[in-house]
Amino acid sequence: MAFLGNFALLLAFALSVYCFGAGLLALLSPDEPSSQRLSETARRAGIVVFGAVFLAAVALVVSAFRDDFTIAYIFHHSNRDLPTPYKFATLWSGQEGSILFWCLLLSAYAFVLRLRYKTDPRLFAYASVVVAGVQIFFLALVNFAANPFGLLEGPLRPDGSGLNPLLQYPEMVIHPPMLYLGYVGFTVPFAFALGALIMKYPGEKWIHITRRWTMVTWGFLTCGIFLGSHWAYSVLGWGGYWGWDPVENASLMPWLVGTAFLHSVMMQEKRGMLKVWNMWLVFACFWLAILGTFLTRSGIISSVHAFAQSSIGSWFAWFLGITFAVFIFFFVLNHKHLRSENKLEGMISRESSFLFNNLLFLLLTLDVLWGTWFPKISELVQGNKVTVGAPFYNRVAIPVALILLLLTALGPLLAWRKTSFESLKRNFTWPCVAALIVGLFVMLTPTSWGSIFGLKPWHDVSYFYSLMTIVLSVLVAFTVGSEFYRGGRVIAEKTGQGMFASMVQLTHRNTRRYGGYIVHFGVVLVMIGFSGSALNQDKEAELGYGDHMQIGSYDLVCRSYTQDDNANQETEWALMDVYQNGQLVRTMTPQRIFYKASQQASTKPDIDQGFKEDLYLVYEGQNDKGQPVIKAHLNPMVIWIWIGAWVMIIGTGLALVENAPVPVTVRVPRMMEHAAPVAGD
Amino acid sequence: MTFSKTIPRRALQAVLLSLAIFIFSGASDPSTRFNEIGHQLMCICSCGQILLECNHVGCPDSDGMRNELMAAVSRGDSDSLVQQAFVQKYGPTVLAAPTTKGFDRAAWIFPFIAFAVGTVLVIFVVRAWKNRPSPALIGGPPMANPDFDRFRRQADEETDL
Repeated sequence: MAFLGNFALLLAFALSVYCFGAGLLALLSPDEPSSQRLSETARRAGIVVFGAVFLAAVALVVSAFRDDFTIAYIFHHSNRDLPTPYKFATLWSGQEGSILFWCLLLSAYAFVLRLRYKTDPRLFAYASVVVAGVQIFFLALVNFAANPFGLLEGPLRPDGSGLNPLLQYPEMVIHPPMLYLGYVGFTVPFAFALGALIMKYPGEKWIHITRRWTMVTWGFLTCGIFLGSHWAYSVLGWGGYWGWDPVENASLMPWLVGTAFLHSVMMQEKRGMLKVWNMWLVFACFWLAILGTFLTRSGIISSVHAFAQSSIGSWFAWFLGITFAVFIFFFVLNHKHLRSENKLEGMISRESSFLFNNLLFLLLTLDVLWGTWFPKISELVQGNKVTVGAPFYNRVAIPVALILLLLTALGPLLAWRKTSFESLKRNFTWPCVAALIVGLFVMLTPTSWGSIFGLKPWHDVSYFYSLMTIVLSVLVAFTVGSEFYRGGRVIAEKTGQGMFASMVQLTHRNTRRYGGYIVHFGVVLVMIGFSGSALNQDKEAELGYGDHMQIGSYDLVCRSYTQDDNANQETEWALMDVYQNGQLVRTMTPQRIFYKASQQASTKPDIDQGFKEDLYLVYEGQNDKGQPVIKAHLNPMVIWIWIGAWVMIIGTGLALVENAPVPVTVRVPRMMEHAAPVAGD
Repeated sequence: MTFSKTIPRRALQAVLLSLAIFIFSGASDPSTRFNEIGHQLMCICSCGQILLECNHVGCPDSDGMRNELMAAVSRGDSDSLVQQAFVQKYGPTVLAAPTTKGFDRAAWIFPFIAFAVGTVLVIFVVRAWKNRPSPALIGGPPMANPDFDRFRRQADEETDL
């Protein structure tokens, strides 16, 4: 298997080099009679790269299933008793495998791109060459620097070291592929952007193609980020879902820039503006995705998720430098081609709101980038490292996010070109009133109604932020709702359909716009979920049998603890009866698992999710007296984050659907409307 | 200064003062202080987690650090004194965020400078774009390209109000 894998990887590398070289040659001499044939052979070689990389990936997975511990990678990341789904996960659980997986996904994207070349053969030929350049880099890595098929030195071992315990969770089987699909996917928009820049592509077709790819990629990245958060929440056992770790930040940065691009791209499509800006945003998405990988591989910034420091960090640094230099070169050469076609007609307009929206997304990205790199900068300047953790990010990012939320409410109400104050006032007054009423309601209701109620903003600045988040989220929800209502009402009046059917039809007629609104609604739900974090409670206790522990409205009673043992792991868990208002409502079983192959232990919390709050129990082990140590968290509103994420994904999917044709309405002359029906009608 | 000018100014000052009090004042009972300071410190076991959130199985450090924090808070040490003691014992990485002294200040200043500069820049760009004459395209008016028209039309349909 190792031989087959190595052969497939070398073949893929050689084909990528050919695809790049021949493709480039064909583009440089378009008038040569043989250039079209050369271009076609380059395209076909690119297609075959996918087959070769797929073969290598299959070889690695089969090696995991066959427990082939002669391969060092399989020895370090698998063991005989590893459950079947996690044997698949072996492919991306280590450095070498994950780069192979990256190559596989990039080849899959490139495969689709090269199959769809007829859309615009010349632009696709440029994009194919750029993608081939990126493929060469990653295939060089797996062939020469991080080979997943390297053989284990020394005697053959009877069993492997096992998969990292934290990765032995169902979501870990889908989280990395989603995240990688997001990271890798940004290569395609970048390839089109660079291709369009090099060939001075006339018009907006390239951006139209790029936008769809970016949406798909953005959707995957969104999915990957939320799956990662959910995994952190469900597995790591610290009661939170986002720790502002450098690796988490690395996934957030391209997402933020991608979101900015999905908004600003409308300016170019609609008004021929922001061409330079969009070019830079697409490049930044790609560059930040690679930078994120550099962060995790180089060990330059310490992270709980990072792989061990390795030599491939310098490969990434070179690659980042080269891509930046190439982009700058062509930008300087051809930037005059990107001049704006229109001027701004009004200060209050959709265009200006998009500019501010982009500013805020970029500021958030800069803040995250700054915070991620500051420990390194501090080390260089003053000789000692500092920690930049959640308190920093919360203080600098939350105010910007709140302004962004306000813009999300305002944006849909602003017209292109110019909006009058009167129309803004007319559309904005009622949502504002509704949001203020909800804000007052949340403030004035008794706390006994639930953790989020009775929120007094003067008690703590985090409460103030929570209340503002709720008020602004309601404002966005109302403005989005009013958009659906107004559009639906027009269709209902025309067709006589019910309101819901009209709104469905409205969405189907303009999927991009209303899909986008659904994404905004998902963001609202996510933000409401975030707002609950200010009210988190936690408590730790050593509980003898029958001992009680009170958190919020819950009374927890330790009934007993028990153990289980199988080939892969030993499990201990506590049995906790949960009472509310004197009634037994459920029994929860937080666990502590010891993985035999890796000789590592980890906790597995038990979470009782509710629409108001989550009861989150962690079994931390036993004290000296053999009593279970239980940590209980009460986390309000968390479920809305996951629901919101689903809504965002659905909205993105909807925005990718083709619009339904608008039915042609024929006005019937009044005379005919009143004409009596005759036989045969 | 006239009465009519003084009253609104005083009212504004009162509002700002109240706002500042509620934003910057913190409750001072020991358990709240323990919770607040504990969330500003990192566990040093290299788990990369906030001290009060460290659930690292068999963590050799977090229990001791929490006990030290509880003792300091119970003694009535001020927040800065507690933080200084932790920095002396565990090094500057024990603080979960940079301080506001020396070069660390740059960490806090940069985001606000970026915000201010960015906002001014966008306002400047919006004004400049509004006031400039309609730009002429390089090489004359746009080419008659059916693709152009089709994509513009589609963008219009998809993005217009």
